[in-house]
Amino acid sequence: MASEPVIVARNLTKRFGAFTAVDNISFEVMPGEIFGFLGANGAGKTTAMKMLSGLLSPTTGEARVAGYDVFTQAESIKSRIGYMSQRFSLYEDMTAWENIRFYGGIYGLRMDAIRDKAAQLLGRLGMEHVRDSRIGALPLGWKQKLAFSVALLHNPAIVFLDEPTGGVDPLTRRQFWELIYEAAASGVTIFITTHYMDEAEYCGRVSIMVDGRIEALDTPGGLKQAFDAQSMDEVFVRLARGAQYAE
Amino acid sequence: MSAVQAEALRKTFGNVTAVEDLSFAIEHGELFGCIGPDGAGKTTLFRMLTSLLVPDAGSATVMGCDTVRDYKQLRRRIGYMPGRFSLYQDLTIEENLAFFASIFGTTVEKNYEMIADIYRQIEPFKKRRAGQLSGGMKQKLALSCALIHKPDILFLDEPTTGVDAVSRREFWEMLRRLKEGGMTIVVSTPYMDEAGKCDRIALMQKGHILGIDTPDNITGSYARPLLDMRGADVYRLILALREFPHTHSVFAFGESVHYTDSRSSADPEALAVFLRSRGFANITIEPIRASVEDSFMELLEQHDG
Amino acid sequence: MNSFKGFVIKELYHIFRDRRTMLILFGMPVVQLILFGFAIRNEVNNAYIAVLDLSKDDVSEAIVNKLLSSGYFRLAEYIESEERIEAVFRRGKVKEVIIFEPQFAQRLRSEGTAHLRIVADAADPNMAKLLVSYTTAITNGYAQELGQRASIVVVPEVKLLYNPELKSVYMFVPGLVALILMLVSALMTSITITREKELGTMEILLVSPLRPFQIIAGKVLPYLLLSLINVLSVLALARFLFGVPFRGSFLLFMVESLLFILTALSLGIMISTVSKTQQAAMMISLGGLMLPTILLSGFVFPVENMPVPLQVISHIIPARWFVVIARGIMLKGTGLDYLWKETLVLAGMATLLLSISVRKFNERLQ
Repeated sequence: MASEPVIVARNLTKRFGAFTAVDNISFEVMPGEIFGFLGANGAGKTTAMKMLSGLLSPTTGEARVAGYDVFTQAESIKSRIGYMSQRFSLYEDMTAWENIRFYGGIYGLRMDAIRDKAAQLLGRLGMEHVRDSRIGALPLGWKQKLAFSVALLHNPAIVFLDEPTGGVDPLTRRQFWELIYEAAASGVTIFITTHYMDEAEYCGRVSIMVDGRIEALDTPGGLKQAFDAQSMDEVFVRLARGAQYAE
Repeated sequence: MSAVQAEALRKTFGNVTAVEDLSFAIEHGELFGCIGPDGAGKTTLFRMLTSLLVPDAGSATVMGCDTVRDYKQLRRRIGYMPGRFSLYQDLTIEENLAFFASIFGTTVEKNYEMIADIYRQIEPFKKRRAGQLSGGMKQKLALSCALIHKPDILFLDEPTTGVDAVSRREFWEMLRRLKEGGMTIVVSTPYMDEAGKCDRIALMQKGHILGIDTPDNITGSYARPLLDMRGADVYRLILALREFPHTHSVFAFGESVHYTDSRSSADPEALAVFLRSRGFANITIEPIRASVEDSFMELLEQHDG
Repeated sequence: MNSFKGFVIKELYHIFRDRRTMLILFGMPVVQLILFGFAIRNEVNNAYIAVLDLSKDDVSEAIVNKLLSSGYFRLAEYIESEERIEAVFRRGKVKEVIIFEPQFAQRLRSEGTAHLRIVADAADPNMAKLLVSYTTAITNGYAQELGQRASIVVVPEVKLLYNPELKSVYMFVPGLVALILMLVSALMTSITITREKELGTMEILLVSPLRPFQIIAGKVLPYLLLSLINVLSVLALARFLFGVPFRGSFLLFMVESLLFILTALSLGIMISTVSKTQQAAMMISLGGLMLPTILLSGFVFPVENMPVPLQVISHIIPARWFVVIARGIMLKGTGLDYLWKETLVLAGMATLLLSISVRKFNERLQ
């Protein structure tokens, strides 16, 4: 795919008072890439994600997401991205169909389109039989798969996944990753954070943030080579250890 | 007598069975891990063992105390760290510690040597409020608070969840040192890769124990031939392997793919030929020993199937 | 004892470090007092009165002058006979008629008592009560100037005179004390306990050797102290800002306040046992306690004016009893000999609720 990068960040910085949460980060992400965004707690991942998804204005620097400027076109960005996190995914007291209808409605999909998509989506997940069950009654793994599919409902260019697999059993986790691969293969860009280091290996490229800066960015293989490490876990520990008590 | 002895413990909430007929024993001085995803029943089990919940059926003793009948005595002897680092966010590090010491009728000075090893790492920031600490520092403080009254046994409920890899590693080092000092430690975690740090583990799912043994014995009893495959496009490799007639399971594992065969022995040569026919060159295939995660997934499939 | 001290200190940290808590604790009483104070004070101003002076002596003249110079009253006219009273009211301008009995000064001097009738316009009962109480207060003030033995018996006549006790603009202060105590004690207690549940620290407290009553006492004692401070500050403000008198026993008042605070704290603990989140605790406290305290205690609307079912319900509102007690002590100077019944009810409520709340406060999670 010889195309334009779908995310471009240049010298992106966010300060809260005297505290610099994100310090001059620059990177590009291509369409269909699975981009792992790693970092210790408090390293600035969430702040960076918020800036890229148009929720937070950067202090300085520039960024374009899906072709739109984060300063001036935040609203356009929001219509072109999907978002899912471990904490907020679907409304527990609504059924699968009601959730799909709600999110479809938010993104301005027509009712018949929503209906088609819902049938398609539930069919692919093998969840037709829970169409009218409340989300709260479903197993966690199902909820997460459903939430991911709902985040893709409006054909976004990019999906931001914030620790989507936390607390999920290893089997479900892998099924979830297959959904991610499938979406990426269809051209959706995946921007994902995770605490599971083995999941970092599943990413096309990985960036590691330490104290607000991107300290490393490469393919998992490249990073392991550069740091002479056996696993991504080791890479991460080497990079982050120096910063532990500097906060 | 064992440090923890559970007999047919069961707990239901409404029509959800959180823990179902669990029986096991944990020995003195053991570092015991309860490993499983959310909803496995780890927290409910911990709450029953720490006398916070009364089981619907079955019984348990901890350090010789019945968790229902002798709960007052029991509560003096256990250290408990609930999930989510339960600290007072508006109190400083030293105030949190002093408070938890005081409710056990002791002082930080009196028991300092108990926590020195851990507390020294955060002591330089003792005037900082807990709400402003990083995950790793909160974790160390919470552990210090759970230790300050010199308990005989520690219950740590998901102490490494949501904490970065560095802090997790350091935390397990601290637990190892505590264990060397003779402490009995019961810890729960959703991370399979932490299983190897425990003396014995219980693999849990949906209120059941799928397996309980040393990590080595658990992985050693993995029955199927297991192959590790490495190639360029993991996703396509997985899809291709699914079409191989003798495939039992295919899972991504880090940068490689773990393949199990439905027959009693695998045939790497045939696999290589099959993959080449599908356009995969340069695939390395290597038989490997199962990890805890492989074992867990296999047990899950057996259990569900 | 050491663990208890640690608990209280920790609780005080929570209070003093949270700006919102501090605001509710110390800012709100002042704001409420001032709001209620000025809102009610501004009602009585230059009310027109008519005078039927059947005595026409120096004392009656002096009392009329006293009333007119108070700033609350203006003279509409002198009338000559009782038949005129109705006509005067019907014209609507005059709010109150004052009637001196014949030989007013003479009776006051020889017998020590003289009668003064006040007829107020029943169309606006609240205003009528206020006017009667003002007139009474001013007249009594004058009688005291005359000497100890002189007493002027004021006979008020308002068609809706359901409550012949002293009613004054100061009525709101006792009610306000009740409201503030309810707010601080019940609301803050329920919030602070549920916050520990949300944080997960409650689990640690429960698995510690602390007994439930120790946890409760440790959580509640700081709020009890602060509540007492609040009582004092409201009384002081009322006294110095609005000149509200305090006639009865201060000690008795504080003891009664303590009873009421204990009742409110118990309610707060009970709310915390049924709510999982701070939000839920706040909703239950506001809806279940604050509104009844405002509406059913007689603080704003006299209990006697309520429909019978509400009057019945008002009996279970602790504030209703406390308001009667506080008004009695503060404004009338009555003692335990008159207020024993209310005190007993309040003490009973406090004991009952406290024991229920300690029992309900589980030493386990379920």
